[in-house]
Amino acid sequence: MSTAQARPAVDMPLLTAIIMLCALSLLVQYSAGGENPGCMVRQGTRIAFALALLFVFAHIPPPVLLRWSPWLYGGGLALLVIVLSAGIIGKGAQRWLDLGVVRFQPSEIMKLAVPMFVAWTLTRLPLPPRLFTLLCALAVVALPAGLVVVQPDLGTAILIAIAGMAVIFLAGITWKMLIVVATLLAAAAPLVWNFLLRDYQQQRVLTMLDPWADPLGAGYHIVQSIIAVGAGGVGGKGWLAGSQSQLDFVPERSTDFIFATYAEEFGFIGALALLLLYLFIGLRGLVIAHYAADSYARLLAGGLALTFFVSVFVNIGMAVGILPVVGVPLPLLSHGGSSIATLMIALGILMSIHRQRSRL
Amino acid sequence: MIPVSNKVRDRRIVRGRLALAGGGVLLLAAVLVARLAYLQIASHQRFSTLAQNNRIDFVPIAPVRGLIHDRNGRIVAENRRVYNLEILPDQVDDIDQLLNQVGQLIELETESVGRFRSLLARRPSFERQTLRTDLNELEAARIAVHQHRMPGLELQARLQRHYPHAGVAAHLIGYVGRITADDLRRIEPRAYRGLEYLGRAGLEAQYENLLRGGPGLERVETNAHGKVVRSLGRDAPATGLTVHLGLDIELQRVSVEALRGWQGAIVAIEPATGDILAFASEPNYDPNPFVNGISRADYQHLLDSPQRPLLNRALYGRYAPGSTVKGFVLLTGLQHGVDPNRQIYCPGWFRLPGRAHRYRDWKEGGHGLIDARDAIVQSCDIYFYRLARRLGIDALHRGLSGFGFGQVTGVDLPGEPSGLMPSPAWKHRARGQAWFPGETVITGIGQGYMLVTPLQLAAATAALANRGRRVAPRFLTATEDPRNRELQPVAPLEAGRWRVGNRAFYEYLIDGMRGVVHDRNGSAAGIRRGLKYQMAGKTGTAQVKSIPQDEKYVEEEVERRFIDHSLFIGFAPIDAPKIAVAVVVEHGGPGSRTAAPIARRVMDFYLLQQLGMFGGPDAPAAAAAASADSADSASTGRPATVATVTTVTPTVTTVTAAQ
Repeated sequence: MSTAQARPAVDMPLLTAIIMLCALSLLVQYSAGGENPGCMVRQGTRIAFALALLFVFAHIPPPVLLRWSPWLYGGGLALLVIVLSAGIIGKGAQRWLDLGVVRFQPSEIMKLAVPMFVAWTLTRLPLPPRLFTLLCALAVVALPAGLVVVQPDLGTAILIAIAGMAVIFLAGITWKMLIVVATLLAAAAPLVWNFLLRDYQQQRVLTMLDPWADPLGAGYHIVQSIIAVGAGGVGGKGWLAGSQSQLDFVPERSTDFIFATYAEEFGFIGALALLLLYLFIGLRGLVIAHYAADSYARLLAGGLALTFFVSVFVNIGMAVGILPVVGVPLPLLSHGGSSIATLMIALGILMSIHRQRSRL
Repeated sequence: MIPVSNKVRDRRIVRGRLALAGGGVLLLAAVLVARLAYLQIASHQRFSTLAQNNRIDFVPIAPVRGLIHDRNGRIVAENRRVYNLEILPDQVDDIDQLLNQVGQLIELETESVGRFRSLLARRPSFERQTLRTDLNELEAARIAVHQHRMPGLELQARLQRHYPHAGVAAHLIGYVGRITADDLRRIEPRAYRGLEYLGRAGLEAQYENLLRGGPGLERVETNAHGKVVRSLGRDAPATGLTVHLGLDIELQRVSVEALRGWQGAIVAIEPATGDILAFASEPNYDPNPFVNGISRADYQHLLDSPQRPLLNRALYGRYAPGSTVKGFVLLTGLQHGVDPNRQIYCPGWFRLPGRAHRYRDWKEGGHGLIDARDAIVQSCDIYFYRLARRLGIDALHRGLSGFGFGQVTGVDLPGEPSGLMPSPAWKHRARGQAWFPGETVITGIGQGYMLVTPLQLAAATAALANRGRRVAPRFLTATEDPRNRELQPVAPLEAGRWRVGNRAFYEYLIDGMRGVVHDRNGSAAGIRRGLKYQMAGKTGTAQVKSIPQDEKYVEEEVERRFIDHSLFIGFAPIDAPKIAVAVVVEHGGPGSRTAAPIARRVMDFYLLQQLGMFGGPDAPAAAAAASADSADSASTGRPATVATVTTVTPTVTTVTAAQ
């Protein structure tokens, strides 16, 4: 593959979009952080660190990733179990692993390891996957997702599940099977509702269905978020001028509800621009998948791109009140080191896959 | 490895799905755009309003209560900075736990906690409530240190009403009190927005509307926790008007001190204007503890005290006027054509024709031949028994009513009683009995049914000083807007004219009253020594207990509570009166002995010290004024300060011994 070495390691259109998002991220973090330059500096540091990771992973060829997949997955699973048992001892939610220098969430690894290992599993045999392969792939998804749910971190578990399911979908699972899986999921829904979801999680779903039923109680957060978005209007209230966000009415305004802050201050036009950037990155990822050199790279790239956009949808959908409140960060905008690093690695992998693309 | 054909097939499958995924992504994006358009464009107005309502709040700003000044600009009611402990109820998770924590740091009285709880239940939870007031420096520091772990608790520097002269003017100034749950049902809520106190007694209650001021309103931006982030503009509160009184607080203090150890009242009026210069009632009480709610025990102590310190005797005390009424009776007689120069014979007793009952004179053996002037000077009872009988009760009633007896004076204090000017019609109405001639006779010397208040007596004396021009006694002389310092004087109120035929009648009477003080045989001659000015006066001794016929009245054997009330009225200087005084000392014995010296002390202080007339104060008077101590007044004993008064009448000591 001599041609691959001649191509640049980074995909310029993708990188441009990412840089623009990062710039927006700094702006909106400064505003959401109460005009505290420290917030912006920390976010900038994280972004710089994550960008470095992007460049590193952009240089790792997909076959290497293929080889790493089982190990990464197995290692990630082991860490999840360790974290969980430590959490049980510590009598509380445990997501973090302290490595002395860096603290990180093993569940973040799974956001990448699951699509990689699912793609690895599915590409052992010709596509579309047969029932056994499919069941194996489903198990590969369900195991870490379940471990993360009991942490409990529903948001990350959902993202892990989405990443795995996206790969399975792209692998050409037949419509018949898709229907069967969908039916199974539908049948499992009441069981999940009753046995897997905790009270507060059930409440969130109910709240999503009608937040105005209890605007000062359970619905307070989502109602305040919707008010913020709506009050932004077409042109927005202007940077640093969103009363809903600045006066603390918007909950979690730096993290899960960063979109409400953004939409209040930059309005419909700003939201549209942001959405276009996300859409561009998502679609660009799908295009990269289209031209990928082999099935593994294709599935991985497609899965990562799809996961990226779906997480955007879930987060914004939550902020505008069409999805229940789950802790899914808005890619690159939300405050939080682990998720930004993971995202940049995913984007780096996309670039690497693009660099190694076939000419067909 | 997988065969090449499979690779191509795989690629086709995945590329197909990628296209589907792309379509899905666009669909999701479309959903979000539609939702955003709905929220941000279609419903923008509604959410914009909701966001506004979220952040804008209106906070009332309490106005500063107006000050009260005396006639010389001395402050008698002010606002002092104090530390209050306040609670924002909606920021407290567990009120009981918080109260418990606070109780460990500073002392919390059960009562203030109870009041706090009752307000908590009544007022909206976003309104701050005061838990304890007037924290001292140490307590404030203790709270400040631990405040961070008690959210919803705030230490506030506030202005609180303070009465610098404590009990001296308590009965007339009154006090403000914290607004209670009961008040809330009564007051106009808008006028009291942000206010915690209202005038509860005395002038504070009377002029509540002048003193209160207008509450302001601040438009503030609040955050989600209800905390004020910044001000968006304010309507400044209007400070209450400064109230100027005719009162002379120094004279008031001297009056209170002159009465110390006694129960009684002094009212001093400026005859020309009706301005009340002094309005003393003893014993008194400190109004300051009432501001934040006096403790039940302390209040009960005041209520239970036999000296009744809470009673405003100057306003509510109703006494038989005794001989102080004689001047007014004489004026009535002169109007009815009585010749003052015609002498009568006083044998020491008087008997109605055909009746056995003897009405006695205070002087055993009588005054002998006596004319009207001497009857005033020596306070001859027999003269006035006969005069009253000659005039008849209807003429007496009309004549005395003309001086305001039996009517409210219209003073600017709430709840003034009218006293009692008896008449046959009144007796028939009130008691269902006929009027007896004997009752007319004793009315002539101010005994029987007639009751006057010290204020009425002073107002009537001021009318004598004015030679018949009655003015309504008043406290308020002017209001002042603190913003532009504009003074709005209040015009004196004429209380109606009652002038007998000509001015000569007054001059005749006043000459007699001059004799009371200045003549060797005057009933108040005991106070004339060293007097630097001309004073007109009249003593009075009001019987508390009727003495059975033919029983000798031996003062030393009578319990103190049966000792007569001591009265004195007078004004000075005679030519251009500056002050008219009425003194009532309960169980003080003869008016000449107790009330008259007190009246002189009051007049001396006002004329010599305050007005600087007649060469100013002489040494002992100045010394007495300088020793203005504020010792406890509730004691039943007789503190040393009275000694200056009793030097004139050493017999008082015997009374004390007899107790």
